[in-house]
Amino acid sequence: MEAATTPARTAPPPTKKRKTDRAKAERKLAWLLCAPAVIAMLLVTGYPIVYAFYLSLQKFDLRFPDDKEFVGLSNYADVLSSSTWWNDVLTTVLITVVSVSIELVLGMLIALVMHLAIFGRGPVRATILIPYGIVTVVAAFAWRYAFDPTSGFVFGLPLVPDDWQPLNTREGSLFVIIMAEVWKTTPFMALLLLAGLALVPDELHEAAKVDGASTLQRFFRITLPLMRPAILVALLFRTLDAFRIFDNIFIIQPGGALGTESVSILGYNVLINRVNLGLGSAISILIFLCVILIAVLFVKGLGTSTAQQRGET
Amino acid sequence: MQGRHLLAAIALATSLALGACGVGGDEGGEGARAINWYAFNEPGGSYDEAVANCNEQANGRYTINYVKLPNIADQQRELLVRRLAAEDDDIDLMSLDVIWTAEFAQAEWIVPWEGERRSAAEEGKLEGPLETVRYEDQIWAIPHTSNTQLLWYRKDRVDPPPDDFTWDEMIDQAVEKGTAVEVQAAQYEGLVVWINALIVGAGGQVVNAEGQADVNDTAKRAAEIESKLANSPAAPPGMSTNREDQARQGFEAGRSDYQINYTFIYPSAEAIEGFQEKIGWARYPRTDKDKPSRPPLGGFNIAVSAYSANQELAFDAAECLASPENQALSAELGGLPPTTESVYDDPKVQKAFPFADLLRESIDDAGPRPVTPAYSDISLAIQKTFHPPDAVDPDTVVETLRDRIDKAVEGKIF
Repeated sequence: MEAATTPARTAPPPTKKRKTDRAKAERKLAWLLCAPAVIAMLLVTGYPIVYAFYLSLQKFDLRFPDDKEFVGLSNYADVLSSSTWWNDVLTTVLITVVSVSIELVLGMLIALVMHLAIFGRGPVRATILIPYGIVTVVAAFAWRYAFDPTSGFVFGLPLVPDDWQPLNTREGSLFVIIMAEVWKTTPFMALLLLAGLALVPDELHEAAKVDGASTLQRFFRITLPLMRPAILVALLFRTLDAFRIFDNIFIIQPGGALGTESVSILGYNVLINRVNLGLGSAISILIFLCVILIAVLFVKGLGTSTAQQRGET
Repeated sequence: MQGRHLLAAIALATSLALGACGVGGDEGGEGARAINWYAFNEPGGSYDEAVANCNEQANGRYTINYVKLPNIADQQRELLVRRLAAEDDDIDLMSLDVIWTAEFAQAEWIVPWEGERRSAAEEGKLEGPLETVRYEDQIWAIPHTSNTQLLWYRKDRVDPPPDDFTWDEMIDQAVEKGTAVEVQAAQYEGLVVWINALIVGAGGQVVNAEGQADVNDTAKRAAEIESKLANSPAAPPGMSTNREDQARQGFEAGRSDYQINYTFIYPSAEAIEGFQEKIGWARYPRTDKDKPSRPPLGGFNIAVSAYSANQELAFDAAECLASPENQALSAELGGLPPTTESVYDDPKVQKAFPFADLLRESIDDAGPRPVTPAYSDISLAIQKTFHPPDAVDPDTVVETLRDRIDKAVEGKIF
């Protein structure tokens, strides 16, 4: 997605003049240079997606190979008319919105710390990045054991009620899953935002200071607007990732128990556990469409904001 | 064909990803005489010894190569299904959980045992385990190890339960004594084991012989017992996420005086000084006072892969691995109950299981889980309907379960 659109967006705005020969040749060269990457992408992503779509139009269960038949869109109708799918979409959206919002706020604070740290920059940045370097499954196990009713250390902490059992309720489980997600990926968010912060020119801050703007005013009136593209890119990456959440749930509440089932867990259950390739592929394609929708919305927002920056409105 | 290639590629990629789980490096022997046996990693070492015994007896005709799978049954199934769907000829023999027979047979991933092979597979076996290898009038595997759950109690704290002890009485007594009852009630196969035992204990079933939903008020009865325990003070902490091992820990830690669990908890208790002497055992509790209980049935059978290049040798190897001597070994070292009746009289087995007679009786009277190719769908349907335990509504459960099983059998989403 991004690979295909970004070059077009960052290229200089097309002029209304007729293209010169040189421009044409350059364009051709550009296509040639892109070709290997495009072909590789088609092979490793295009083929599986097309194949999954083909499967999603069939009634195809690995256990009943003889019953295989073409059923058109009925798998989609089945998924979209079930309450399970919509419940899982809601759960997924809830996890995505809450965790990405927390990550944005925390990530911004951490990015500011990293940006403004005067001494020990290296160690500060390295420390902040540690959670991101840990394998998600390992991190998920750490969170699960921390809240385990028999061995969890959390219950020995002050201010935590002894009889609180988060993993026994839906709300508690979602809380732990979101915490694990936030802990793991906030550094990534911070890193992307840090790159955005570095782009804000110091002169603007100095000019604003001279004009008597307070620190908060400078943050909201100068830093944030100029960082908008960086923020959108960070949000895009994290929203796409969070929407496909799987491993944290798989480990913390196996099987998506207690109403923590995300759409990816549902797809896994149908595809891998029930080996129902037709129905499972339909779910996969629907998740894919959701992801495209999210990406398109963000890329659109990104386009307008870069255009604004260039003063084109 | 292209589809198969893709599946093979997926299987390869996933098996690489699973390398850390022990599937990687040591798998698959080369040469025509290598028989690869995919089975869970038996921690007691009895499978390793059985493999060594059989290889010695085979005298060079074949060499069994024991490929160790993860210990969690769902993960074993996933791995096997993925490989078999890709027609992987690396698998010759596989240990199948008793609930997978119909599914693997229907998909034509395993071959039936016919003629003399069939007699060898059936010879001397208990009826419970034999039922788990039958599907559509054929035998699809050789029963290897069995398992069942007993009621374990603290001899020093509660009275020995009477023969007709019911779930209701057990919960009432636990509440009265201020103790808990350990069960497996997380959303996984263990919950199905419990619910199914409650349902068949009341004379009901979940699906009939044709594989169609056949849910009646016995499911309501099961939900009543589950809900009663979950909402009583006798519910152990973390009940809705507890599996076998949390139950064992809870019992060993003394938070509960009753525990429903498999036999592994007995050898495990050895680690605590003097604890084994405090453990009493009784038959699985009844659902209804007037009907004998139908304890759950677990265990593993050995099947021959349809894609094996050496099927005849594989049959020989399977017969050897499941021989009475090797079953006795598994009982002694791994605490796995035998499927051959006579093995229970072996002094070594009697020593490993002081409760050997109760075990044999329980396995013989066990109520198997549904035999249907759509088992994993039905299992998911039961899990979703009966979880979380404290929110199950006995009044609506029959309708919900019937609806979900209908959808599961039709291959729809639920």
